[in-house]
Amino acid sequence: MVAAFQRPGWYRAALGAVIAAALGFGLVVVLREISGLSAFQSEQTGYPQVIVPLIMAPFGFLLGIGCFDYWLRWAFGLPTIPEDHSSHGAHSWKDYFKVNTDHKVIGIQYICTTFVFFFIGGLAAMLIRAELAQPGTQIVGAGTFNSLFSVHAALMIFLFVIPVFAGIANYVLPLMIGAPDMAFPRLNALSFWMLPIAGLLFLGSFLAPGGAFDAGWTGYAPLSTGAPLGQSFFNLGVQFAGASSIATALNFLVTIITMRAPGMTFWRMPLLVWANLSTSLLVVAATPFIAGAQFMVFFDRILHTNFFQFGAGGDVISYQHIFWFYSHPAVYIMILPGFGIISEVISTHARKPIFGYRLMALALIGIIVLSYSVWAHHMFVAGMFSWLRVPMMLTTLLIAVPTGIKIFSWLGTLYFGKIHTKSTAMLFALAFIVTFTIGGISGVMLGMVPFDIHVSDTYFIVAHIHFVLFGGSVFTIFAGIYHWFPKMTGRMYDEKLGRVHFWGTLIGTWGTFIPMHWIGMDGMPRRVADYAAQFGNWNLLISCFAFMLGAVQLVFLYNMIVSWRFGPKAEANPWRANSIEWLVSSPPPIYNFDEIPRVVGGPYEFGIPGAQHAIMAGEGAEVPTGEPSVVGT
Amino acid sequence: MTAAVVALAAAISAVMLSINWDGAEDSTAAPKIDDLLNIAIVLSSIIFAIVVVALAYALYAFRAKPGDESDGEPIHGNTRLEITWTLIPTIIVLFSGGWSWKVLNEIEERTGHEMTVDVFSQQYAWSFGYPGKEYAYSEGVLHVPVNRQIVFKMHSQDVIHSFWVPQWRIKKDNVPGITTTAVVTPTKTGTFQLICTELCGFGHATMRAKVVVQSQSAFDKWVEGLKEKVPTPLMVSVKQDTETNPEPLERAEAE
Repeated sequence: MVAAFQRPGWYRAALGAVIAAALGFGLVVVLREISGLSAFQSEQTGYPQVIVPLIMAPFGFLLGIGCFDYWLRWAFGLPTIPEDHSSHGAHSWKDYFKVNTDHKVIGIQYICTTFVFFFIGGLAAMLIRAELAQPGTQIVGAGTFNSLFSVHAALMIFLFVIPVFAGIANYVLPLMIGAPDMAFPRLNALSFWMLPIAGLLFLGSFLAPGGAFDAGWTGYAPLSTGAPLGQSFFNLGVQFAGASSIATALNFLVTIITMRAPGMTFWRMPLLVWANLSTSLLVVAATPFIAGAQFMVFFDRILHTNFFQFGAGGDVISYQHIFWFYSHPAVYIMILPGFGIISEVISTHARKPIFGYRLMALALIGIIVLSYSVWAHHMFVAGMFSWLRVPMMLTTLLIAVPTGIKIFSWLGTLYFGKIHTKSTAMLFALAFIVTFTIGGISGVMLGMVPFDIHVSDTYFIVAHIHFVLFGGSVFTIFAGIYHWFPKMTGRMYDEKLGRVHFWGTLIGTWGTFIPMHWIGMDGMPRRVADYAAQFGNWNLLISCFAFMLGAVQLVFLYNMIVSWRFGPKAEANPWRANSIEWLVSSPPPIYNFDEIPRVVGGPYEFGIPGAQHAIMAGEGAEVPTGEPSVVGT
Repeated sequence: MTAAVVALAAAISAVMLSINWDGAEDSTAAPKIDDLLNIAIVLSSIIFAIVVVALAYALYAFRAKPGDESDGEPIHGNTRLEITWTLIPTIIVLFSGGWSWKVLNEIEERTGHEMTVDVFSQQYAWSFGYPGKEYAYSEGVLHVPVNRQIVFKMHSQDVIHSFWVPQWRIKKDNVPGITTTAVVTPTKTGTFQLICTELCGFGHATMRAKVVVQSQSAFDKWVEGLKEKVPTPLMVSVKQDTETNPEPLERAEAE
């Protein structure tokens, strides 16, 4: 038994969390007693006896589960144990619940964890729609309603869309560039284990006095600086999700820059790699801003600093500037990896090279550069310096140009191809083009200041964000999951169930979010538990489609679980794709390659006789004799 | 294919333009904003039609026959086409931007004989102060004269609220610590609803006020009948809140 608490693992993690929390609690009580204060303080923005343990327990957990074992042994001069992370690779399902440094294991850990939060966030969405099905309040009160949509958004953004892309890329990207693993495998494991902590903090806030955080995922000051205890859970959760995100982005950057296989020049990288390179550049530079903004709110709450206290010289609008300086680039963090997935899926299933590969890569760079100059378009009615609205409007509209290039290039890729639609991944990719176009169009409309003044903070905004985040990002996530499911699990999923899921999701998405545009323009504000009776029928319709959309996700869940266990065995390359991850077995062996492959051509050389992207070990040294590639030579 | 794009774009535009999306137009700004929306609808219909028709045609013409395992043609790009679909959207969005800028200037232009009304917001109620030596005050109901430009000076006492009258198409956040400004010229008499559109707590959904637009004479009479003056705490925010939005010119003159 004692041995169980000494080994890295769940016993030690639980012990670590409890000891750290007790230390924090004791520290607060003792210090307050010494200072002659009452041991407990229950001012709603305070609660140090809860906050300090809440900060310390996650570190105790991370120490206990074993994220720091190797580093600490090394730092203290103890003999390091290379196998202290349950060895490389997963041998049984139990290995997925341990700290593991294999990028493929971490990828699956990420994807499964994030989908758990996707379903919890989805459940919150169902409750929201149940409440909104009729005017008046029926199911939850106004306070709980505010908590529900705040937690829904926080989970979907910080615990699903952003990290699930990190999970997919974790699995696929090292394989794609011919690397045996990520550059920093232990940091990679730490990044993953910080993620569930953020999720548990968000969900744990429901237990806090005053309920879960209810100032929206945007947490605008001063509503957030004066909110009940739950808001502090949000402030802290964002720190863990953010740190996880930054560490992973650094890992991707170093991996992509230094660990590409011989011959993999930048212009031979698959667009998924380009997309994650761009995304990581955004994450490392922008994410510290939301961490900072949440720390400032946190300090205003518990230390009575005056960053946003208007009565004491604080500046309320500066919160929004700092917040959106991250959170606008964040919408590209939430879509660029999806663009990469769509490029892979469309090229493979249309049997065609990507149309305008270099412009596609440059468009990604164009988007990340422009994305830093558009943040104040969220603040056209916020009362900021009014002249700033015009330049922000122009950059906002211009960012549609590189995005449009991507849409047109995907369409161009389809022309003169051989389009196969038997894969659910391709169905989602094709539907994404249309659905995301609608989201992009409403985005351009929102960029136009006079129109934005009218629809800002209405259901039009809700419609827009769900079209780009659900119809956009989530469609690309489904495309990616279906596309690489055979590679990750070594089994095929059921295409019939995939089709049910696809059509249900497509109809549900349009049915739910299209009518929201209209009720927004017609006068329904967002974030309300109750609304004018004139919107009753539309909201009932929206709720019905939303329930259908929610229910059909269970088909996806069933398909994934059952196919993973019982699906027919997958071949190495079921889609006859070109990139390197398909040239190894499904699932790939530990350390991916017996010998690092050599890259000899572009990634999308469909239709060129004899052309190859990479030569694997054992294929001999013969140089392919096909026509030279246009790209990447 | 061009014919299909034109037909689809025309059909979508026709349907979309025939619907009154934004509701009644009861200020001078409203028709201008709705015209801008109509321009956006037409341009969007064209883009949307291009994407949908191109996708539909590709799916019709380039679907792989069952059993066909061959690849498509190895076309890597077409520089002329790529330049086209970079330049044309650039022109479209810059045109939209220019038009928006023009509309923005028009709806915020001062007429020279405007009237200032103070808007006070707090969780979860609206109140209003009217000019004159008495500084008349009303709670939960806002009266304004028709066909006269009103300059709203907005002050919040606690968290951010937002002032929105959908029929006027005007919205502005009320930010604690600063005074924000919105201008509107109502063109129709009647009763409207003022809606809070910035999440401000559990009472956000019900934070509403009645807006009455009436003739200047009726308005003057109504203001005269008001008994209360703006309470002192609210006057403090009128005097102390900083004006964040001086126009660039005014700012230069001030220095």
